[in-house]
Amino acid sequence: MFALIRKDLQIEFRTKETLAALLLLGLLTLVVLSFAFDPTSELRAEAAPGALWVAVIFAGVLGLSRSFLAERDNDCLHGLLLCPVDRGTIYLAKTAANVLFMMAAQAVIVPIFVFFFNLPLSAALGGVVLSLALGILGFASIGTLFAAIAVRTRAREVMLPLLLVPLAVPIFIAGVRVTGRVLAGKPLAEVAEWLNLMLGFDVIFLVVGWLVFEYAVEE
Amino acid sequence: MRRAADAALPYATLVAMTTAIYMVFIFVPTDRFQGIVQRIFYFHVPLAIMTFVAFGTVAAASILFLWRGTRAWDRVAHAAAEIGMLFCTLVLVTGPIWAKPVWGTWWTWDARLTTTLILWLIYAAYLMLRSFSGTTDQGARYAAILGIVGALDIPIINRSVYWWRTIHPAVLVTREGSSGLADARMQATLGLSFLAFFLLFLWLLWVRHENLRLGDEVDALRRQALIHP
Amino acid sequence: MTNLNFLFAAYTAVWVLLFLYILVLSRHNRSLEKEIQELRDLLQRSRTP
Repeated sequence: MFALIRKDLQIEFRTKETLAALLLLGLLTLVVLSFAFDPTSELRAEAAPGALWVAVIFAGVLGLSRSFLAERDNDCLHGLLLCPVDRGTIYLAKTAANVLFMMAAQAVIVPIFVFFFNLPLSAALGGVVLSLALGILGFASIGTLFAAIAVRTRAREVMLPLLLVPLAVPIFIAGVRVTGRVLAGKPLAEVAEWLNLMLGFDVIFLVVGWLVFEYAVEE
Repeated sequence: MRRAADAALPYATLVAMTTAIYMVFIFVPTDRFQGIVQRIFYFHVPLAIMTFVAFGTVAAASILFLWRGTRAWDRVAHAAAEIGMLFCTLVLVTGPIWAKPVWGTWWTWDARLTTTLILWLIYAAYLMLRSFSGTTDQGARYAAILGIVGALDIPIINRSVYWWRTIHPAVLVTREGSSGLADARMQATLGLSFLAFFLLFLWLLWVRHENLRLGDEVDALRRQALIHP
Repeated sequence: MTNLNFLFAAYTAVWVLLFLYILVLSRHNRSLEKEIQELRDLLQRSRTP
Protein backbone atom coordinates (compact mmCIF):
# COMPACT_ATOMS: atom_id res chain seq x y z
CA MET A 1 0.00 0.00 0.00
CA PHE A 2 2.82 2.40 0.76
CA ALA A 3 4.19 1.75 -2.69
CA LEU A 4 0.89 2.88 -4.12
CA ILE A 5 0.92 6.04 -2.06
CA ARG A 6 4.48 6.67 -3.08
CA LYS A 7 3.51 6.26 -6.73
CA ASP A 8 0.83 8.92 -6.46
CA LEU A 9 3.17 11.28 -4.65
CA GLN A 10 5.90 10.76 -7.21
CA ILE A 11 3.54 11.49 -10.09
CA GLU A 12 2.47 14.64 -8.36
CA PHE A 13 5.97 15.88 -7.61
CA ARG A 14 6.87 15.73 -11.25
CA THR A 15 4.28 18.22 -12.37
CA LYS A 16 2.93 19.72 -9.15
CA GLU A 17 -0.14 20.64 -11.19
CA THR A 18 -2.71 19.38 -8.77
CA LEU A 19 -1.10 21.03 -5.79
CA ALA A 20 -0.84 24.32 -7.60
CA ALA A 21 -4.45 24.10 -8.69
CA LEU A 22 -5.61 23.24 -5.18
CA LEU A 23 -3.69 26.14 -3.74
CA LEU A 24 -4.82 28.71 -6.23
CA LEU A 25 -8.44 27.66 -6.20
CA GLY A 26 -8.51 27.73 -2.42
CA LEU A 27 -6.96 31.16 -2.45
CA LEU A 28 -9.36 32.47 -5.05
CA THR A 29 -12.29 31.24 -3.01
CA LEU A 30 -11.02 33.07 0.06
CA VAL A 31 -10.52 36.26 -1.91
CA VAL A 32 -13.95 36.14 -3.49
CA LEU A 33 -15.61 35.40 -0.17
CA SER A 34 -13.79 38.33 1.36
CA PHE A 35 -15.60 40.53 -1.12
CA ALA A 36 -18.86 39.28 0.25
CA PHE A 37 -18.26 41.14 3.48
CA ASP A 38 -17.57 44.70 4.41
CA PRO A 39 -13.93 44.73 5.59
CA THR A 40 -14.79 46.65 8.71
CA SER A 41 -17.84 44.70 9.72
CA GLU A 42 -17.91 42.28 12.60
CA LEU A 43 -19.55 39.78 10.32
CA ARG A 44 -16.13 38.95 8.92
CA ALA A 45 -14.91 37.28 12.06
CA GLU A 46 -18.09 35.25 12.29
CA ALA A 47 -17.99 34.26 8.66
CA ALA A 48 -14.29 33.45 8.60
CA PRO A 49 -14.53 29.74 9.50
CA GLY A 50 -17.23 29.32 6.87
CA ALA A 51 -15.02 30.94 4.27
CA LEU A 52 -12.13 28.62 5.07
CA TRP A 53 -14.26 25.51 4.79
CA VAL A 54 -15.91 26.60 1.57
CA ALA A 55 -12.41 26.98 0.18
CA VAL A 56 -11.50 23.51 1.45
CA ILE A 57 -14.54 21.87 -0.13
CA PHE A 58 -14.39 23.75 -3.38
CA ALA A 59 -10.69 23.15 -3.98
CA GLY A 60 -10.99 19.64 -2.60
CA VAL A 61 -13.58 18.60 -5.14
CA LEU A 62 -11.25 19.67 -7.90
CA GLY A 63 -8.25 17.88 -6.47
CA LEU A 64 -10.27 14.71 -6.01
CA SER A 65 -11.56 14.61 -9.54
CA ARG A 66 -8.06 15.13 -10.84
CA SER A 67 -6.77 12.19 -8.85
CA PHE A 68 -8.70 9.83 -11.08
CA LEU A 69 -8.53 11.82 -14.25
CA ALA A 70 -4.91 10.88 -14.82
CA GLU A 71 -5.70 7.23 -14.18
CA ARG A 72 -8.51 7.24 -16.66
CA ASP A 73 -6.80 9.20 -19.40
CA ASN A 74 -3.83 6.89 -19.51
CA ASP A 75 -5.77 3.76 -18.72
CA CYS A 76 -3.57 3.30 -15.69
CA LEU A 77 -6.55 2.08 -13.75
CA HIS A 78 -6.53 -1.15 -15.72
CA GLY A 79 -2.88 -1.65 -14.96
CA LEU A 80 -3.53 -1.00 -11.34
CA LEU A 81 -6.39 -3.45 -11.21
CA LEU A 82 -4.24 -6.15 -12.75
CA CYS A 83 -1.89 -6.02 -9.78
CA PRO A 84 -2.54 -8.68 -7.20
CA VAL A 85 -3.59 -6.01 -4.77
CA ASP A 86 -6.79 -6.00 -2.77
CA ARG A 87 -9.18 -3.40 -4.18
CA GLY A 88 -9.74 -2.05 -0.72
CA THR A 89 -6.05 -1.35 -0.41
CA ILE A 90 -6.05 0.64 -3.63
CA TYR A 91 -8.86 2.69 -2.15
CA LEU A 92 -7.02 3.36 1.08
CA ALA A 93 -3.86 4.30 -0.77
CA LYS A 94 -5.71 6.73 -3.04
CA THR A 95 -7.50 8.24 -0.09
CA ALA A 96 -4.27 8.66 1.83
CA ALA A 97 -2.62 10.35 -1.12
CA ASN A 98 -5.58 12.71 -1.52
CA VAL A 99 -5.49 13.57 2.17
CA LEU A 100 -1.80 14.38 1.92
CA PHE A 101 -2.35 16.63 -1.07
CA MET A 102 -5.20 18.50 0.55
CA MET A 103 -3.34 18.94 3.82
CA ALA A 104 -0.30 20.20 1.95
CA ALA A 105 -2.42 22.79 0.21
CA GLN A 106 -3.92 23.80 3.54
CA ALA A 107 -0.43 24.38 4.93
CA VAL A 108 -0.27 27.41 2.68
CA ILE A 109 -3.94 28.37 2.66
CA VAL A 110 -4.37 28.53 6.43
CA PRO A 111 -1.69 31.17 7.06
CA ILE A 112 -3.11 33.26 4.23
CA PHE A 113 -6.56 32.78 5.69
CA VAL A 114 -5.28 34.08 9.02
CA PHE A 115 -3.84 37.15 7.30
CA PHE A 116 -6.95 37.93 5.25
CA PHE A 117 -9.36 37.66 8.11
CA ASN A 118 -7.14 39.21 10.76
CA LEU A 119 -7.35 36.34 13.12
CA PRO A 120 -5.38 35.87 16.34
CA LEU A 121 -2.31 33.72 15.68
CA SER A 122 -2.53 31.90 18.98
CA ALA A 123 -2.38 28.32 20.12
CA ALA A 124 -5.77 28.09 18.45
CA LEU A 125 -3.97 26.92 15.34
CA GLY A 126 -3.60 23.41 16.77
CA GLY A 127 -7.35 23.08 17.00
CA VAL A 128 -7.83 24.42 13.50
CA VAL A 129 -5.33 21.91 12.12
CA LEU A 130 -7.05 19.09 13.99
CA SER A 131 -10.43 20.00 12.58
CA LEU A 132 -8.94 20.28 9.11
CA ALA A 133 -7.26 16.90 9.45
CA LEU A 134 -10.42 15.13 10.58
CA GLY A 135 -12.56 16.96 8.08
CA ILE A 136 -10.28 16.36 5.13
CA LEU A 137 -9.97 12.70 6.05
CA GLY A 138 -13.75 12.34 6.02
CA PHE A 139 -14.10 14.38 2.87
CA ALA A 140 -11.46 12.32 1.08
CA SER A 141 -13.00 9.05 2.25
CA ILE A 142 -16.25 9.65 0.40
CA GLY A 143 -14.54 11.82 -2.18
CA THR A 144 -12.13 9.17 -3.40
CA LEU A 145 -14.95 6.64 -3.68
CA PHE A 146 -17.19 8.92 -5.68
CA ALA A 147 -14.39 10.40 -7.75
CA ALA A 148 -13.70 6.90 -9.03
CA ILE A 149 -17.38 6.66 -9.96
CA ALA A 150 -17.85 10.15 -11.32
CA VAL A 151 -14.86 9.98 -13.64
CA ARG A 152 -16.56 7.17 -15.53
CA THR A 153 -19.90 8.85 -16.06
CA ARG A 154 -20.85 11.20 -18.83
CA ALA A 155 -20.80 14.55 -17.07
CA ARG A 156 -17.82 13.98 -14.88
CA GLU A 157 -17.06 17.57 -13.85
CA VAL A 158 -20.60 18.09 -12.72
CA MET A 159 -21.18 14.70 -11.15
CA LEU A 160 -18.62 14.86 -8.37
CA PRO A 161 -19.73 18.11 -6.67
CA LEU A 162 -23.34 17.00 -7.09
CA LEU A 163 -22.60 13.79 -5.24
CA LEU A 164 -20.15 15.09 -2.71
CA VAL A 165 -21.57 18.34 -1.39
CA PRO A 166 -24.80 17.01 0.15
CA LEU A 167 -23.00 13.98 1.59
CA ALA A 168 -20.24 16.13 3.07
CA VAL A 169 -22.66 18.41 4.97
CA PRO A 170 -21.84 16.96 8.42
CA ILE A 171 -18.12 17.49 7.80
CA PHE A 172 -18.74 21.04 6.72
CA ILE A 173 -20.98 21.95 9.63
CA ALA A 174 -18.67 20.27 12.15
CA GLY A 175 -15.55 21.81 10.65
CA VAL A 176 -16.99 25.31 10.72
CA ARG A 177 -18.20 24.89 14.30
CA VAL A 178 -14.88 23.63 15.60
CA THR A 179 -12.82 26.17 13.69
CA GLY A 180 -15.07 28.97 14.87
CA ARG A 181 -14.96 27.97 18.52
CA VAL A 182 -11.25 27.36 18.51
CA LEU A 183 -10.51 30.72 16.91
CA ALA A 184 -12.69 32.38 19.52
CA GLY A 185 -10.33 31.03 22.12
CA LYS A 186 -12.51 28.29 23.51
CA PRO A 187 -10.89 25.07 24.71
CA LEU A 188 -11.12 21.92 22.60
CA ALA A 189 -13.18 20.16 25.24
CA GLU A 190 -16.09 22.38 24.32
CA VAL A 191 -16.23 21.06 20.78
CA ALA A 192 -15.66 17.46 21.76
CA GLU A 193 -19.00 16.29 20.39
CA TRP A 194 -18.29 17.82 16.99
CA LEU A 195 -14.85 16.19 16.91
CA ASN A 196 -16.49 12.89 17.78
CA LEU A 197 -18.95 13.35 14.98
CA MET A 198 -16.15 13.94 12.51
CA LEU A 199 -14.21 10.98 13.81
CA GLY A 200 -17.29 8.79 13.56
CA PHE A 201 -17.90 9.99 10.04
CA ASP A 202 -14.31 9.25 9.07
CA VAL A 203 -14.36 5.75 10.50
CA ILE A 204 -17.74 4.79 9.04
CA PHE A 205 -16.99 5.97 5.53
CA LEU A 206 -13.42 4.72 5.42
CA VAL A 207 -14.76 1.27 6.25
CA VAL A 208 -17.64 1.52 3.78
CA GLY A 209 -15.32 2.83 1.06
CA TRP A 210 -12.86 0.05 1.70
CA LEU A 211 -15.63 -2.56 1.44
CA VAL A 212 -17.38 -1.12 -1.56
CA PHE A 213 -14.58 0.28 -3.75
CA GLU A 214 -14.28 -2.91 -5.77
CA TYR A 215 -17.82 -2.43 -7.07
CA ALA A 216 -16.91 1.07 -8.14
CA VAL A 217 -14.02 0.01 -10.35
CA GLU A 218 -15.32 -3.32 -11.61
CA GLU A 219 -15.53 -3.51 -15.35
CA MET B 1 -48.13 -13.02 -7.14
CA ARG B 2 -47.86 -10.48 -9.89
CA ARG B 3 -51.53 -10.78 -10.79
CA ALA B 4 -52.54 -10.36 -7.16
CA ALA B 5 -50.51 -7.21 -6.68
CA ASP B 6 -51.69 -5.77 -9.97
CA ALA B 7 -55.30 -6.14 -8.95
CA ALA B 8 -55.24 -5.48 -5.23
CA LEU B 9 -52.90 -2.55 -4.82
CA PRO B 10 -54.65 0.11 -6.92
CA TYR B 11 -58.02 -0.58 -5.33
CA ALA B 12 -56.65 -0.77 -1.82
CA THR B 13 -54.91 2.54 -2.38
CA LEU B 14 -58.05 4.10 -3.83
CA VAL B 15 -60.16 3.03 -0.87
CA ALA B 16 -57.60 4.12 1.70
CA MET B 17 -56.89 7.45 0.03
CA THR B 18 -60.54 8.31 -0.46
CA THR B 19 -61.25 7.53 3.16
CA ALA B 20 -58.27 9.61 4.20
CA ILE B 21 -59.45 12.57 2.14
CA TYR B 22 -62.90 12.28 3.66
CA MET B 23 -61.43 12.19 7.14
CA VAL B 24 -59.12 15.11 6.52
CA PHE B 25 -61.73 17.39 5.04
CA ILE B 26 -64.91 16.39 6.83
CA PHE B 27 -64.37 14.09 9.77
CA VAL B 28 -61.49 15.59 11.71
CA PRO B 29 -62.12 18.70 13.85
CA THR B 30 -60.39 21.96 13.05
CA ASP B 31 -57.33 22.72 15.09
CA ARG B 32 -58.00 25.44 17.61
CA PHE B 33 -54.77 27.36 17.14
CA GLN B 34 -53.87 26.96 13.50
CA GLY B 35 -57.29 26.79 11.91
CA ILE B 36 -58.05 25.06 8.67
CA VAL B 37 -54.51 25.16 7.33
CA GLN B 38 -53.46 22.62 9.92
CA ARG B 39 -55.14 19.95 7.81
CA ILE B 40 -52.15 20.00 5.50
CA PHE B 41 -50.40 18.22 8.35
CA TYR B 42 -52.35 15.02 7.65
CA PHE B 43 -50.71 14.66 4.26
CA HIS B 44 -47.43 16.37 5.00
CA VAL B 45 -46.34 14.06 7.83
CA PRO B 46 -47.06 10.72 6.12
CA LEU B 47 -45.31 12.00 3.00
CA ALA B 48 -42.29 12.91 5.10
CA ILE B 49 -42.17 9.54 6.82
CA MET B 50 -42.59 7.74 3.50
CA THR B 51 -39.79 9.61 1.79
CA PHE B 52 -37.39 8.39 4.44
CA VAL B 53 -38.86 4.88 4.20
CA ALA B 54 -38.32 5.11 0.45
CA PHE B 55 -34.66 5.92 0.91
CA GLY B 56 -34.35 3.03 3.31
CA THR B 57 -35.82 0.88 0.57
CA VAL B 58 -33.25 2.23 -1.87
CA ALA B 59 -30.47 1.33 0.55
CA ALA B 60 -31.76 -2.15 1.32
CA ALA B 61 -32.34 -2.92 -2.35
CA SER B 62 -28.88 -1.55 -3.17
CA ILE B 63 -27.22 -3.82 -0.64
CA LEU B 64 -29.16 -6.81 -1.95
CA PHE B 65 -28.24 -5.91 -5.51
CA LEU B 66 -24.52 -5.67 -4.78
CA TRP B 67 -24.66 -8.85 -2.79
CA ARG B 68 -26.88 -11.03 -4.97
CA GLY B 69 -26.53 -9.42 -8.38
CA THR B 70 -30.17 -9.95 -9.38
CA ARG B 71 -31.38 -7.21 -11.66
CA ALA B 72 -34.74 -7.05 -9.92
CA TRP B 73 -33.21 -5.49 -6.82
CA ASP B 74 -31.65 -2.79 -8.92
CA ARG B 75 -35.05 -2.01 -10.41
CA VAL B 76 -36.58 -1.81 -6.95
CA ALA B 77 -33.88 0.64 -5.87
CA HIS B 78 -34.40 2.77 -8.95
CA ALA B 79 -38.17 2.83 -8.60
CA ALA B 80 -38.01 3.56 -4.88
CA ALA B 81 -35.63 6.44 -5.53
CA GLU B 82 -37.96 8.06 -8.04
CA ILE B 83 -40.97 7.77 -5.80
CA GLY B 84 -38.98 8.90 -2.79
CA MET B 85 -37.90 11.96 -4.76
CA LEU B 86 -41.51 12.68 -5.70
CA PHE B 87 -42.65 12.41 -2.08
CA CYS B 88 -39.69 14.50 -0.90
CA THR B 89 -40.63 17.24 -3.35
CA LEU B 90 -44.19 17.14 -2.06
CA VAL B 91 -42.95 17.45 1.53
CA LEU B 92 -40.86 20.48 0.62
CA VAL B 93 -43.79 22.03 -1.24
CA THR B 94 -46.53 21.40 1.33
CA GLY B 95 -44.26 22.35 4.24
CA PRO B 96 -43.75 25.99 3.28
CA ILE B 97 -47.38 26.32 2.18
CA TRP B 98 -48.34 25.25 5.68
CA ALA B 99 -45.65 27.31 7.39
CA LYS B 100 -46.44 30.63 5.76
CA PRO B 101 -49.89 31.24 7.26
CA VAL B 102 -49.04 29.57 10.56
CA TRP B 103 -45.58 30.96 11.30
CA GLY B 104 -45.39 33.85 8.90
CA THR B 105 -42.35 32.55 7.04
CA TRP B 106 -41.89 30.22 4.10
CA TRP B 107 -38.75 28.55 5.35
CA THR B 108 -36.91 27.94 8.59
CA TRP B 109 -33.63 26.13 8.93
CA ASP B 110 -34.94 23.78 11.55
CA ALA B 111 -33.36 20.35 11.77
CA ARG B 112 -36.09 18.31 10.11
CA LEU B 113 -36.71 20.66 7.24
CA THR B 114 -33.00 21.03 6.50
CA THR B 115 -32.40 17.29 6.63
CA THR B 116 -35.28 16.82 4.21
CA LEU B 117 -33.70 19.38 1.90
CA ILE B 118 -30.38 17.54 1.95
CA LEU B 119 -32.24 14.28 1.35
CA TRP B 120 -33.78 15.89 -1.69
CA LEU B 121 -30.31 16.81 -2.94
CA ILE B 122 -29.10 13.26 -2.41
CA TYR B 123 -32.11 11.92 -4.32
CA ALA B 124 -31.32 14.35 -7.12
CA ALA B 125 -27.70 13.20 -7.18
CA TYR B 126 -28.86 9.57 -7.29
CA LEU B 127 -31.20 10.13 -10.20
CA MET B 128 -28.64 12.18 -12.09
CA LEU B 129 -26.03 9.49 -11.55
CA ARG B 130 -28.47 6.98 -12.98
CA SER B 131 -29.24 9.11 -15.96
CA PHE B 132 -25.59 9.86 -16.68
CA SER B 133 -24.40 6.30 -16.49
CA GLY B 134 -27.07 4.73 -18.64
CA THR B 135 -28.63 1.33 -18.14
CA THR B 136 -25.39 -0.58 -17.88
CA ASP B 137 -24.71 -2.93 -15.03
CA GLN B 138 -21.96 -0.58 -13.97
CA GLY B 139 -24.38 2.33 -13.70
CA ALA B 140 -26.54 0.20 -11.48
CA ARG B 141 -23.60 -0.53 -9.24
CA TYR B 142 -22.65 3.13 -8.95
CA ALA B 143 -26.18 4.00 -7.97
CA ALA B 144 -26.20 1.21 -5.42
CA ILE B 145 -23.04 2.57 -3.81
CA LEU B 146 -24.61 6.02 -3.58
CA GLY B 147 -27.75 4.52 -2.09
CA ILE B 148 -25.81 2.79 0.65
CA VAL B 149 -23.50 5.71 1.46
CA GLY B 150 -26.45 8.10 1.41
CA ALA B 151 -28.50 6.03 3.79
CA LEU B 152 -25.62 5.78 6.25
CA ASP B 153 -25.03 9.50 5.95
CA ILE B 154 -28.61 10.66 6.56
CA PRO B 155 -28.60 10.00 10.34
CA ILE B 156 -25.22 11.75 10.62
CA ILE B 157 -26.51 14.69 8.60
CA ASN B 158 -29.57 14.86 10.80
CA ARG B 159 -27.51 14.86 13.96
CA SER B 160 -25.12 17.54 12.71
CA VAL B 161 -27.93 19.80 11.50
CA TYR B 162 -29.78 19.36 14.79
CA TRP B 163 -26.71 20.36 16.80
CA TRP B 164 -26.15 23.24 14.43
CA ARG B 165 -29.65 24.52 15.06
CA THR B 166 -29.61 24.25 18.81
CA ILE B 167 -26.61 26.52 19.05
CA HIS B 168 -28.32 29.47 17.43
CA PRO B 169 -31.33 30.96 19.17
CA ALA B 170 -34.40 29.35 17.75
CA VAL B 171 -35.98 31.48 15.05
CA LEU B 172 -39.35 30.08 15.83
CA VAL B 173 -40.85 27.68 18.27
CA THR B 174 -39.92 24.22 17.05
CA ARG B 175 -42.50 22.11 15.40
CA GLU B 176 -42.50 19.62 18.26
CA GLY B 177 -45.31 21.60 19.84
CA SER B 178 -47.74 21.21 17.01
CA SER B 179 -47.78 17.43 16.95
CA GLY B 180 -49.62 17.31 20.23
CA LEU B 181 -52.59 15.39 18.98
CA ALA B 182 -54.91 15.34 21.92
CA ASP B 183 -58.04 14.54 19.97
CA ALA B 184 -58.54 10.87 19.08
CA ARG B 185 -60.12 11.85 15.78
CA MET B 186 -56.91 13.61 14.80
CA GLN B 187 -54.88 10.56 15.69
CA ALA B 188 -57.17 8.32 13.67
CA THR B 189 -57.00 10.63 10.67
CA LEU B 190 -53.22 10.73 10.81
CA GLY B 191 -53.07 6.96 11.15
CA LEU B 192 -55.34 6.31 8.22
CA SER B 193 -53.59 8.91 6.11
CA PHE B 194 -50.31 7.18 6.83
CA LEU B 195 -51.81 3.88 5.69
CA ALA B 196 -53.09 5.53 2.52
CA PHE B 197 -49.68 6.90 1.65
CA PHE B 198 -47.97 3.65 2.49
CA LEU B 199 -50.26 1.87 0.05
CA LEU B 200 -49.70 4.61 -2.49
CA PHE B 201 -45.97 4.11 -2.14
CA LEU B 202 -46.30 0.36 -2.66
CA TRP B 203 -48.57 0.81 -5.66
CA LEU B 204 -46.31 3.37 -7.34
CA LEU B 205 -43.30 1.19 -6.56
CA TRP B 206 -45.05 -1.74 -8.18
CA VAL B 207 -46.07 0.19 -11.29
CA ARG B 208 -42.65 1.73 -11.79
CA HIS B 209 -40.93 -1.56 -11.18
CA GLU B 210 -43.12 -3.24 -13.80
CA ASN B 211 -42.28 -0.37 -16.08
CA LEU B 212 -38.56 -0.95 -15.64
CA ARG B 213 -38.97 -4.69 -16.04
CA LEU B 214 -40.82 -4.23 -19.32
CA GLY B 215 -38.06 -1.89 -20.43
CA ASP B 216 -35.46 -4.55 -19.70
CA GLU B 217 -37.55 -7.09 -21.60
CA VAL B 218 -37.75 -4.79 -24.60
CA ASP B 219 -33.99 -4.36 -24.55
CA ALA B 220 -33.48 -8.11 -24.39
CA LEU B 221 -35.91 -8.69 -27.27
CA ARG B 222 -34.26 -5.99 -29.34
CA ARG B 223 -30.91 -7.62 -28.88
CA GLN B 224 -32.41 -10.93 -29.92
CA ALA B 225 -33.99 -9.34 -32.98
CA LEU B 226 -30.62 -8.00 -34.05
CA ILE B 227 -29.06 -11.44 -33.87
CA HIS B 228 -31.82 -13.19 -35.82
CA PRO B 229 -32.89 -10.63 -38.40
CA MET C 1 -54.40 34.57 0.62
CA THR C 2 -56.85 33.18 3.10
CA ASN C 3 -56.04 30.04 5.01
CA LEU C 4 -58.48 28.02 2.99
CA ASN C 5 -56.63 28.96 -0.15
CA PHE C 6 -53.37 27.73 1.35
CA LEU C 7 -55.01 24.43 2.20
CA PHE C 8 -56.37 24.14 -1.29
CA ALA C 9 -52.99 24.98 -2.83
CA ALA C 10 -51.25 22.30 -0.80
CA TYR C 11 -53.65 19.54 -1.69
CA THR C 12 -53.81 20.56 -5.31
CA ALA C 13 -50.02 20.49 -5.53
CA VAL C 14 -49.93 16.99 -4.08
CA TRP C 15 -52.62 15.72 -6.40
CA VAL C 16 -51.25 17.33 -9.57
CA LEU C 17 -47.71 16.01 -9.07
CA LEU C 18 -48.91 12.52 -8.25
CA PHE C 19 -51.27 12.55 -11.19
CA LEU C 20 -48.58 13.62 -13.64
CA TYR C 21 -46.22 10.92 -12.44
CA ILE C 22 -48.85 8.20 -12.74
CA LEU C 23 -49.89 9.50 -16.14
CA VAL C 24 -46.34 9.39 -17.49
CA LEU C 25 -45.85 5.91 -16.11
CA SER C 26 -49.09 4.55 -17.60
CA ARG C 27 -48.33 5.96 -21.02
CA HIS C 28 -44.84 4.54 -20.91
CA ASN C 29 -46.14 1.18 -19.79
CA ARG C 30 -48.56 1.00 -22.66
CA SER C 31 -45.96 1.88 -25.26
CA LEU C 32 -43.59 -0.68 -23.79
CA GLU C 33 -46.19 -3.41 -23.96
CA LYS C 34 -46.93 -2.51 -27.54
CA GLU C 35 -43.25 -2.68 -28.41
CA ILE C 36 -42.87 -6.06 -26.74
CA GLN C 37 -45.72 -7.39 -28.81
CA GLU C 38 -44.19 -6.01 -32.01
CA LEU C 39 -40.79 -7.47 -31.23
CA ARG C 40 -42.26 -10.85 -30.37
CA ASP C 41 -44.17 -10.86 -33.65
CA LEU C 42 -40.99 -9.91 -35.49
CA LEU C 43 -39.09 -12.78 -33.95
CA GLN C 44 -41.94 -15.16 -34.68
CA ARG C 45 -42.02 -14.18 -38.32
CA SER C 46 -38.26 -14.54 -38.71
CA ARG C 47 -38.38 -18.04 -37.31
CA THR C 48 -41.09 -19.30 -39.64
CA PRO C 49 -39.92 -18.40 -43.11
